[in-house]
Amino acid sequence: MSTLAFRARRRTRTEERPPGGLGRTPYSYLVLTVLGLFAFLPVLVLIVNAFKTSLEIGTNPLGLPSSLDLSNFAEAWRKGNMARGFANTAVLVLGTIVGTWLFAGTAAYSLARLNLPLKRAIENYLFVIISLPVQMFIVPLFFLWVKLGLINTLVGLVVIYVALNTPFSVLLLRTFLVGIPRELDEAARIDGANEWQVATRVILPLSWPGFATVGLVAGLGAYSELLFAVTFLIDVEKMPVATSFLQFSQGFTQLYNLVNAAGVIIVIPLIVLFLLMQRRFIAGLAASGTKG
Amino acid sequence: MRQRRRSRLIAIAFALPALALNLLVIAGPAVSSIVYSFTDWNGITSPEFVGLANWSRLIADGAFWNAIGNNFVYLLLFLTVPLAMGLLGAFMLARIRRGAALFRVVYFIPYLLVSVITAQIWRNILDPEFGLAAALHGIGIHWLDGVYFFADKRFALYSVAFVDNWHFWGFLVVLFLAAMQGIDSAQYEAARIDGANAWHEFRHVVLPGIRPTLTFALTIIAIGSMLVYDYPFILTQGGPAGSTDVASLLVNRTAFLARDAGYASAIALALSVLSAIFLVLFGFLRRREES
Repeated sequence: MSTLAFRARRRTRTEERPPGGLGRTPYSYLVLTVLGLFAFLPVLVLIVNAFKTSLEIGTNPLGLPSSLDLSNFAEAWRKGNMARGFANTAVLVLGTIVGTWLFAGTAAYSLARLNLPLKRAIENYLFVIISLPVQMFIVPLFFLWVKLGLINTLVGLVVIYVALNTPFSVLLLRTFLVGIPRELDEAARIDGANEWQVATRVILPLSWPGFATVGLVAGLGAYSELLFAVTFLIDVEKMPVATSFLQFSQGFTQLYNLVNAAGVIIVIPLIVLFLLMQRRFIAGLAASGTKG
Repeated sequence: MRQRRRSRLIAIAFALPALALNLLVIAGPAVSSIVYSFTDWNGITSPEFVGLANWSRLIADGAFWNAIGNNFVYLLLFLTVPLAMGLLGAFMLARIRRGAALFRVVYFIPYLLVSVITAQIWRNILDPEFGLAAALHGIGIHWLDGVYFFADKRFALYSVAFVDNWHFWGFLVVLFLAAMQGIDSAQYEAARIDGANAWHEFRHVVLPGIRPTLTFALTIIAIGSMLVYDYPFILTQGGPAGSTDVASLLVNRTAFLARDAGYASAIALALSVLSAIFLVLFGFLRRREES
């Protein structure tokens, strides 16, 4: 609804433009195309070189491949142990999403709808925690994880990812939960529902867009994260696909056909997901803000 | 009264798991890192209090100043190039109708890529034998022959920052575009009636209209540049000869390879204070705008 109104407004604006204004658009398209090529051509190099033999990259570094040979992908999958990498990534991503939903969901519910003391102070505390740099706690955390036996385990990494995602997720979910009318849960309580039932049966179905955004940001983060993954995991068997890709690319330097093929396999799920749910991606990443 | 206390207890029970987790992973280690910065500690045996020794060592440590210097070069590059590209892309995108959605998707794709893949793309393109240089060589242009972008200490830092910029600027386009679309169209009309050209429109309507978003972008760029880790780690490991070493790499090397965790805590704390200064500075700017 609001997008329609928005489009209509934009359209009238352009049509009311004085003729001199419209004459400027060819320059806009020129600049936009140059920027578009700058963004897209490198991605194209990744893809086309994944189809070449390593000999062909030497003679034809950036051009189109002579044939659409898929054997690089099969070889990269096998040599890079990508099945194992994706299994580890799945544990990390799913664990992080579910954990963040549980920890951030309950806390946001309490902040938004329950009789929690010191609400204001807790919110301010969360803002401070969000802006805390990772370097402020990574060193003691590493040695604490050594002591607790959580180093070099996927569970240990999931706990860290959940803790990193929770503060911003609490604040985001809170804004969704505050907007739901109080009459709804009071009616459910009169019908004999307890707090947990109110939260999961009444409130959760009404606030799912917030949970979807939080899940997307947390899942994407776990898929791509590097610093904690390379620091807290030691054995290559435990590494998620992005981190083991780094090892693979260092082991096969200059075999660009093979390494690029592995790269394409890793990137495909992200691109497909993005094309399916663009709006939520952009909203979520803008809200979380600091991936740069 | 009992009802009230019961409802409070339930509320606390809902909030407790998140706060406990936060204490374990973030707040607890953050506070202890302040304490450790005054100790000699290898991470395993009990730390030994050494007063300000780590801090005086830090002030005299050439490796620290080299790394921080590189962080500032990174900051300068990021405050100019991606910001200009983001503003330009968003401004042009706000002026067109057809194809805007497509351009927006294309600009955003690099931002989606995992950092290790982005690095791989540019390692390939900037490889002297298998990339752009070889392609140009093939058609008789020899400008890039034998140029090692990541292995030559004259170019390495700029090359790493360039790759990071390629990954990042599309995010700024999307961020700025959303802000520009929020500007009241009457302001554009007024500017056009006054005979404003594109530059005037940008300077006097768009820039003031997106100032809060601009401040936000400056904040994340400043903090991101102070804490940058991924691309220097993947592409150069801080080399050659420390030319791409940044503070985050130094912290991790000192703590986990040299096992000098007390001193690493001091470096990390200095870095955190530096990024806190930027945070306060930009927070102050934002507050002044709001009032």
